[in-house]
Amino acid sequence: MADTSADQLDNAIVSEPLDLVRLSLNERVFVKLKGDREIRGRLHAYDSHCNLVLSDVEETVYVMDDDLEDLKTIKKQSEMLFVRGDAVVLISPPSQS
Amino acid sequence: MLFFSFFKTLIDEQVIVELKNDMSIRGTLKSVDQFLNIKLDNISVVDEVKYPHLSAVKNVFIRGSVVRYVHLPAAVVDTTLLEDATRKEAAAQASKMGGR
Repeated sequence: MADTSADQLDNAIVSEPLDLVRLSLNERVFVKLKGDREIRGRLHAYDSHCNLVLSDVEETVYVMDDDLEDLKTIKKQSEMLFVRGDAVVLISPPSQS
Repeated sequence: MLFFSFFKTLIDEQVIVELKNDMSIRGTLKSVDQFLNIKLDNISVVDEVKYPHLSAVKNVFIRGSVVRYVHLPAAVVDTTLLEDATRKEAAAQASKMGGR
């Protein structure tokens, strides 16, 4: 089950953008999605499509009330969530607001 | 193929699939394929009043590309195993792309 020393060296190399995502495994991340949505959760899995599995998730949906020019936010919680990669815009360490 | 394998471990679990058209469908995961197309049995639509379209439907096939989220029961997911598999998949991707 333990990494071989060669694997450990490979795991430490950061060469392409998705390697930065690998550094966030088992850490909380902030994900921006298409459709004015954001997600904060603990990252457990990803692939080259940016499909994700996150736990302890809070989703924020930004809704424009067209007539009133009001910006509403809707927050939802999920204990475990698969996110399809085609909606992902960015993945980042969380910036607490 | 990581998420294909992951979903195969969730067959027979109850999940909620949230679609890109904002409809959410609760059902038992019966089948998944390499495109992450999904078959659910014994479905119920989450907001039945707003989406009466499937009131007579028991089982559905959902094209993978229209899925936004799949809500999963945390108890069934081994996060450590997922993280290990992700690292292996990332390494496999890197060696497939690189090697220059």
